[in-house]
Amino acid sequence: MSTFPPEFSDLEPFADWALRTEGERYAKRLASSMDELQTFYDAALPRLEAAIAHCDQHPLDALPDDAERLLWLCYSLVNASFPIEVWRQQRVPDSGVASMDVVVEPAV
Amino acid sequence: MAHFPKPAEGSWTEAHPELGTAPVSYEDSISPEYYELERDAIFARSWLNVGRMEQLPRTGSYFTKEIDAARTSVIVVRAGEDDVRAFHNICRHRGNKLVWNDFPREEVAGTCRQFTCKYHGWRYGLQGDLNFVQQEEEFFDLDKADYGLVPVQCEVWEGFVFVNLDPDNTTSVAEYLGDLGAGLVGYPFHRMTQVHKYRAEVGSNWKLFIDAFAEFYHAPVLHAKQAVADESRKLSSYGFEGLSYEISGPHGMVSSWGGMAPPKDLNMVKPIERVLRSGLFGPWDRPDIGVDELPPGLNPARSHAWGVDSFVFFPNFMLLVWAPNWYLTYHYWPTSYRTHIFEGTLYFVPPTTARERLAQELAAVTFKEYALQDGNTLEATQMMLESRAVTHFPLNDQEVLLRHLHKTARDRVAAHQEQRSVSAVRISAAS
Repeated sequence: MSTFPPEFSDLEPFADWALRTEGERYAKRLASSMDELQTFYDAALPRLEAAIAHCDQHPLDALPDDAERLLWLCYSLVNASFPIEVWRQQRVPDSGVASMDVVVEPAV
Repeated sequence: MAHFPKPAEGSWTEAHPELGTAPVSYEDSISPEYYELERDAIFARSWLNVGRMEQLPRTGSYFTKEIDAARTSVIVVRAGEDDVRAFHNICRHRGNKLVWNDFPREEVAGTCRQFTCKYHGWRYGLQGDLNFVQQEEEFFDLDKADYGLVPVQCEVWEGFVFVNLDPDNTTSVAEYLGDLGAGLVGYPFHRMTQVHKYRAEVGSNWKLFIDAFAEFYHAPVLHAKQAVADESRKLSSYGFEGLSYEISGPHGMVSSWGGMAPPKDLNMVKPIERVLRSGLFGPWDRPDIGVDELPPGLNPARSHAWGVDSFVFFPNFMLLVWAPNWYLTYHYWPTSYRTHIFEGTLYFVPPTTARERLAQELAAVTFKEYALQDGNTLEATQMMLESRAVTHFPLNDQEVLLRHLHKTARDRVAAHQEQRSVSAVRISAAS
């Protein structure tokens, strides 16, 4: 049983990034090593445009399950992009143990 | 070097002589005693924004709001089509908190036909009337009409729900918000119903976080590590200048440039931003919001470079309207002189495609990462202010709204104290 649509089988090794909530995505980012984040980023960023095009064959509120999981993976890529593209660390600099929780987020 | 014109008086600050230009004391942010005065003088008698009408979609929809600074919790309920009401969240029988689930201190929301107390089952209608008393015959001369929920003044302005805990208040929200509020009337807030809301417990006085968001002088420095290196260096060399500042009564606003949505040069932004066409300033491709012209209060300098207007509505509500057609609110709910709960809420036009949704996700996560830096820095500020090693601090012209905020808070406390001493004198004279 594949997580993503068949044409995105190359992303199956990153299926554990298909997380529904921002809280889960952020927690996984903090729990990952920089090498793991880099590997995920390098695999997913070149596929982002194709993933968007795939999802946008459907209305956002009627995505097939596999496309919805692909979209969650894209949200995770957004979250993981910050450490890779600018900070070189998992947490935003100078944020110590500060936390900020999502209390309302979109259903999809 | 000035990039944008200042008022004829020479500076934004000197255009308001009552603000002065001297260094400012921050004793108001580090004193437990002073905080107790603020609770009564400010939070127990000002209009407070507690939510949006979208949180009350139908008759019976309700939410609770903890207002620790005013020592209460309120229930806000849609009692009818055009009937939004608020009550103190307390059962008239023996004082139990009426509406809560599992955790007495946590806020809740839902839909109901009536409110039932968990303790002894007293029931109240949506209008607050007491409808049912368990074993009513056991009570003595109990007239249910005398035991409705205690009402709190509640008004809706442009879809924002406000409460005022002072039963003697005679000012409407629209009057209270004054010129700055009037200048926003007609903005299509109601079209921006896609919500991302964040909440944080912050280790600082509530005014310090408003300070942080009421000036952008800090932005090129504190947030330097957020941008690509060349862009970061350029931003630092420019520094920050507001397009315009306005102060009206207890409220203020700063209008800022925003060349990043979209950026002039794609090399200025991060790879993910180039793909998703979004960033801190929001999605670059502006959604249709159904208005030909923005209300007159937005972009008061009529600048082509306009990016965002930040309104500070006293005491604890900030509203940021961004050029790319979305808005953001900040709320600061004090829990002690050195702690508060911060809420940041982003409102977008609902996306219809994954592309639009991802652009909003990037804007929301970017906001959060910036706010984490801001929040953590505040704890460092609070800690050293409390040392009192230094007591007065020079505020520059780009920090005029901070000067105004602290003066407004001090003036409210002083006026309230004066009023109380006058009443105390009257009482002692009468006895």
